[in-house]
Amino acid sequence: MAPAETATDFDARDALLIDRLHGDLALTDHPFATVGAELGMDEDEVLERLRRLLAQGVLTRFGPLYRIESAGGMYVLAALEVPAERFDAVTRIVNALPEVAHNYRREHRLNMWFVVAAESPGQVDDALARIAQQTGLAVHAFPKEREYAVELRLPLLAAQGETHVTR
Amino acid sequence: MSLDEFDRQLVGATQSGLPLVPRPYEAVGAMLGVSSDAVRERFAQMLRSGLIRRIGAVPNHYRLGFVANGMTVWDVNDAQVDHLGARVGALPGVSHCYRRRRELPHWPYNLFAMLHGRSREEVERQRIDVRALLGPACRADDVLYSTAILKKTGLRLSGD
Repeated sequence: MAPAETATDFDARDALLIDRLHGDLALTDHPFATVGAELGMDEDEVLERLRRLLAQGVLTRFGPLYRIESAGGMYVLAALEVPAERFDAVTRIVNALPEVAHNYRREHRLNMWFVVAAESPGQVDDALARIAQQTGLAVHAFPKEREYAVELRLPLLAAQGETHVTR
Repeated sequence: MSLDEFDRQLVGATQSGLPLVPRPYEAVGAMLGVSSDAVRERFAQMLRSGLIRRIGAVPNHYRLGFVANGMTVWDVNDAQVDHLGARVGALPGVSHCYRRRRELPHWPYNLFAMLHGRSREEVERQRIDVRALLGPACRADDVLYSTAILKKTGLRLSGD
């Protein structure tokens, strides 16, 4: 688990920016200036802060979030029961597949949980079959049947003792 | 809706992120040999169709202090799961909330709700709220805490 002290890598203005950019970036010619104008920052400050937050890993990415299901693609959550002594080796095998978008270690008999994303259900099945074959482990797939919520709005500003800014 | 060649190029050029420059849409257009307007129009279309959920930042929950992440799983009565799932998804601290296929007999859970907190105690309090909301419609539940992010890259189209 990440150490708690890494939580202090951002200041109140970073929090304001992250909170705002958890929403949509405008499709304007100078979108970072547009965002900055709302927050009392100039374009350079917005860009500098975003570059730093990405470099520090406070943000994992910045850009369009694609929902591949809208184009026939598919995400499938799957899990493995990995023997402790093979955990690193199995992690390397699973992570090497470009179709694996996320992978988490969890405390459970099923201790590795990953999401396979591909452009078609067939490609997802192929990726899961390759994982089963290369690891020799049973792959437990939990396809999504219905979506109720897809994203967390983090109360960052509240965390900093300030008022939460809504869009 | 299926992806045309321009869509694929656009996804390929931006799936790992937008360029952090004053005119990012122009920069993407320059990579693909099209105008900023063409990029912005197609992005607007993708936002309308739902292919793009949003254009923005993806925070690392851990680095923001939300170090406790529990994937909670619930065995909820099939007749009530859609109604209740929508209510669970709206609770504070819940990010992804999905109905998923059971894998009987070992995995009876059909509702997954990802809970985030600054500590496991906070996540456990959220679990109590979810349990109260589900009431007798829920027969069993469990929580799987994450102990490491092994990979987090997002979507990658093949062949780009």
